Amino acid sequence: MSFWNQTLEIARVDLRVERRLGDTLRIVLPFAVVALMVFPLSLGIELATISRIGPAVFWALGILFGMQVALRQSAADTQERRDLHALLGVDPAARFVGRVLSGGVLMLAFLVVLFIAMVLIFGPTLPSGYWSTVLLGTLLFSIGLTELGTLAGELTAGLRNRTALASLIVAPLALPLVIGASQSLEALSRGAGILTWVLLMLTTDLALAVIGVGMARPLEEATR
Amino acid sequence: MDPLVHLENAGVSLGGKPILRHVDFSLQPGQVAGITGPNGSGKTTLIRMLTTLLRISEGVGSILGADVNSDQVFAVRPSIGMIGHNPALIDELTLRENLVHVVRLAGLAEDRVDPVLEVVGLDEASDRRAGASSFGMRRRIEVAHLLLTRPRLLLLDEATSGLDNSARELIGALRDRTIADGGGVVMVSHDHERLDESCDEVMALSSGRLERAR
Repeated sequence: MSFWNQTLEIARVDLRVERRLGDTLRIVLPFAVVALMVFPLSLGIELATISRIGPAVFWALGILFGMQVALRQSAADTQERRDLHALLGVDPAARFVGRVLSGGVLMLAFLVVLFIAMVLIFGPTLPSGYWSTVLLGTLLFSIGLTELGTLAGELTAGLRNRTALASLIVAPLALPLVIGASQSLEALSRGAGILTWVLLMLTTDLALAVIGVGMARPLEEATR
Repeated sequence: MDPLVHLENAGVSLGGKPILRHVDFSLQPGQVAGITGPNGSGKTTLIRMLTTLLRISEGVGSILGADVNSDQVFAVRPSIGMIGHNPALIDELTLRENLVHVVRLAGLAEDRVDPVLEVVGLDEASDRRAGASSFGMRRRIEVAHLLLTRPRLLLLDEATSGLDNSARELIGALRDRTIADGGGVVMVSHDHERLDESCDEVMALSSGRLERAR
């Protein structure tokens, strides 16, 4: 089976499992929306402040809850399943890309719904062109965070405290993505250029993709 | 004829602790080898070593012609089949979907799934979620997968434990077909008598060392 067929099969099964379990959209997302509502409630009726902090709260919650989305697949990946894939001749790089593909779709859906909830709850002032930038930023952020989550899952495979360890790996390394995504929106609201921030995210995504694909086989062999 | 497995002085250490030491083991095409031993003697480690998923820390050898100390093992892994302690099924998928997943990853034709489900007696229960299926049903899906992928080296690690007679017969049929295809089988079990009945050679593992028992 070709690399891309293996990739698509891994992604297809991951998404089917998620549809049946509903971890991301039925459990993580409602909690994230509730967390969004806590801020305006605690700030009272200061509408100007609420409107100003909306995007910042969105990215803060995006990284916190997004990590759960990014790490959910690797947490469910058992040794038996990894062994089965290896004995079927699945290319570890195809596993990595498949995981990123399915995780990226989930993450993007999660962040888009969370952003809409933020707009409805916080009512920020959105300049023209804001939506396309949000979508681009969210897409690059989703890909990068999922790549990080998948890599961290592979690094910690077989370890007893893998979920906690993986979170500790992802959080600091996601900094360029958080900075790029939040600053691109901030720059847009000031009327400044966003190219620098988009390039920062794009470079991070590409670097993680190269590391993930290149290290997939050695990591899989080393973590048995 | 070249042996399917040939290991000389092989050893495995995990976390710096030696689990297997000075293992000499050979398996010829058409041969069924049995391995027995008490709990913790290293039987499962030996099976994982034979899958090539666990690399040897010392010694030399080859499995299906691939040098065990080289990257050649990646190419022969699809010709190795294993039934381990826990069936490697995805609980949220149905039994049929689990088999389809395996068939797709192995690059086989999907139309072979339904006939083999009938062979293993799961044609009517195939839409049941794997997580809600009995251990025996899950094990039958593993047998179905190996009937489809036809491994040259079949590794059975306590494969018949907790199964009824008909499921044991299915595993017996899988073993017989592997032998008929010119492959080899390694069976691991606590049940020395069962190994005596079905194996050409029985070896015993004790404190990480493999010795001929019969």
